[in-house]
Amino acid sequence: MQLSSDPETFRVELRNWLEANCPEQMRDGANTEAKICWGGKDWVFSSDAQRLWLERAASMGFTVPTWPKAYGGAGLDRVREKIFHEQLGQINARLPLQSFGIWMLGPALLRFGTKEQKMQYLPPIARGEIRWCQGYSEPGAGSDLASLQTKCEDKGNHWLVNGQKIWTSYADKADWIFALVRSDRDAPKHKGISFILVDMTSKGVTTQPIKLISGISPFCETFFDDVEVPKHHVVGEVNRGWDVAKYLLTHERQMISAGGSGLFGGRALGAIAADEAGEGGLCDATSRAAAMEFEVNSLAIGLTLERYKDMAESETGVGDASAMLKYVGTELNMQRMELMMSAGGSEALEWDGPVGSRAGEWLRTKANSIEGGTSEVMLSIVSRRVLGLPG
Amino acid sequence: MLSDMARGFLDEAAPVSHFRKMRDAGSTYDAGLWREMAQMGWAGVLVPESAGGSNMGHAAAGILSSEMGKTLAATPFLSSSVIAATALRQVSDKRSDEALARIASGDLTYALAVDEGKKFTPSATEVTAKREGNGYRISGTKSFVVDGGFADRLLVLAKTDEGLTLFDIPSDRAAISRKAQNMIDARDASRIAFDNVEATGDDVLGQVDGAMSVLRPAMQAGQAALAAEMSGLATGAFDMTVDYLKERKQFGALIGSFQALQHRAAHLWCEIEVTTSAIMHAGRKLDSAPDQATLAVSLAKARAISTAKLAVIEGVQMHGGIGMTDDFDMGFYMKRARVSAEWLGDYSYHAEQIAQLRGF
Repeated sequence: MQLSSDPETFRVELRNWLEANCPEQMRDGANTEAKICWGGKDWVFSSDAQRLWLERAASMGFTVPTWPKAYGGAGLDRVREKIFHEQLGQINARLPLQSFGIWMLGPALLRFGTKEQKMQYLPPIARGEIRWCQGYSEPGAGSDLASLQTKCEDKGNHWLVNGQKIWTSYADKADWIFALVRSDRDAPKHKGISFILVDMTSKGVTTQPIKLISGISPFCETFFDDVEVPKHHVVGEVNRGWDVAKYLLTHERQMISAGGSGLFGGRALGAIAADEAGEGGLCDATSRAAAMEFEVNSLAIGLTLERYKDMAESETGVGDASAMLKYVGTELNMQRMELMMSAGGSEALEWDGPVGSRAGEWLRTKANSIEGGTSEVMLSIVSRRVLGLPG
Repeated sequence: MLSDMARGFLDEAAPVSHFRKMRDAGSTYDAGLWREMAQMGWAGVLVPESAGGSNMGHAAAGILSSEMGKTLAATPFLSSSVIAATALRQVSDKRSDEALARIASGDLTYALAVDEGKKFTPSATEVTAKREGNGYRISGTKSFVVDGGFADRLLVLAKTDEGLTLFDIPSDRAAISRKAQNMIDARDASRIAFDNVEATGDDVLGQVDGAMSVLRPAMQAGQAALAAEMSGLATGAFDMTVDYLKERKQFGALIGSFQALQHRAAHLWCEIEVTTSAIMHAGRKLDSAPDQATLAVSLAKARAISTAKLAVIEGVQMHGGIGMTDDFDMGFYMKRARVSAEWLGDYSYHAEQIAQLRGF
């Protein structure tokens, strides 16, 4: 089925397609971490509906709507992308697939990959067949990421990788990892890093989940012991991996911040909390005032995300200013869960397992201002690179 | 671009030093400056081209307003060109067309007389317009009438037996007495007493008991443009502050190299960026779907209030002692931000609007 490039026609075609193809069960708007379809070789679908929804969406390129058709996308421009999300929102549809491949590796390959790399890796991401994880942080390289030490040696016909990554999200469930490794120990720290792709089934790769305060273990330690990696698995130039990483961090920041936006289409937190509080709604003035302030900020941040997406597509681009989105978006999301906990009162404190519990979700958000660069790192990026403050 | 053009003109013709001179001279209106703005099409920004306006729309009015806010230009722009022009456009008759033409040419200025008590609550209007013969007698007192000291005409919200009604009357009509309110920001504001002021049916703008259909769009246009002015004000204060961080030395280093100050400045910049989105959205909404703009406008004003407040507080704090002196301009920004926060509805007022529209 060919979709129109005319926005209005596209809107109608898409609405009809969604109506016919999005299973009823997938129209509950649930995009929480537990309900996400991540895909991958070992993925077990939670329902037939989840499987059908992925297959149908992937056949249209809707798992990665803006990617070129040649790589499994739908080739949508910004105008139609907006319509796509708006129409999904109209029927409250879940996203058919989410993954680090979609959010991060895909954009990196589209920008820095060779034609062969794109053809090899992108379509399986779009179809949800290969699940990727990200190996950036190390025990000694957190906020100061560029000081990473995982060793990558040139052994002539392959690379030899040794070292440890930490906070690798879902490494224990991933099929492949994209990682930053030190390929030149003598160069200045930003100039000796390469961006490498490693099959998790390679000999010498092991993972160990880390249990968090929320009870879940989304993060892992990942160990590399004499792992041999083919030479053509480096993305971009050898020793120029920091350029790829910086580009990707911009994407990651936009992605994380998107989680906190309460756009005009969705329901207000205040309204949800009022329902929750029952008769009389949010009856105490302090809670209502907090919900009001949240609503003001949430709507304005939602508009800012839209504005920055438009800017990202324009010639000027966004660049380091995306640090602002990550900062305000995650702070907002954390505030949201504080308010939801407060609205739930003592009932919200009951622990009914790590998955789907509000307390678990609340605790999970505490990582938001740390992962992907702390709030303080974001503020430092803004102050140095956007405002031009010294040192 | 409009903003660059406006910036160029304002830096020349109305820098903060110009406002300081007006303040020192006790003047609140510069007719010459306003004439120049009219010649550039600013006064007629919302006036149809058929009436001699530039009809650039609300988004453009926001851009102009924001640029004026950066240097605290004190002009009749908000009261006359935004609020009164929008009100007059709701009523298409010969008289309002003539008034619009004279606003566009800069020959006619207006002020909006709505407030009476401490807070912006149009629905609580107590000023009365009692029927007498074929006309009315207006009695009561309005306060915080911005630009009321020099405006040629007043839009007065009054209660008739039928309901809230908007009168459009000359400010020098008999039995009207104006008293300057001498606000902290040194902008024009008056307390205006109506002592049995005569008005005719012709003086009613729109319908009797129909004030809100004229006034609501006018106030929303004003709120959006005022929010834009406040975001410009915040940017002006912020720019001064960042410049200072790059030149002031203490402990042998530029104070802008201290992380404690860097993060405060960066946080403020983020707040300004987020507010800018809300301002732009409100302008677009007023241009494209004015009947559904309430949420967008209240969002813009609420965000502008909190951001401008933060910008001036941080501005004074990061400048240190000099920020507290009258010789330094930051105080002007702080005072303007505080007065603008109250005008046309404070944070609580607009947050309440948003909460109701968003279902809680």
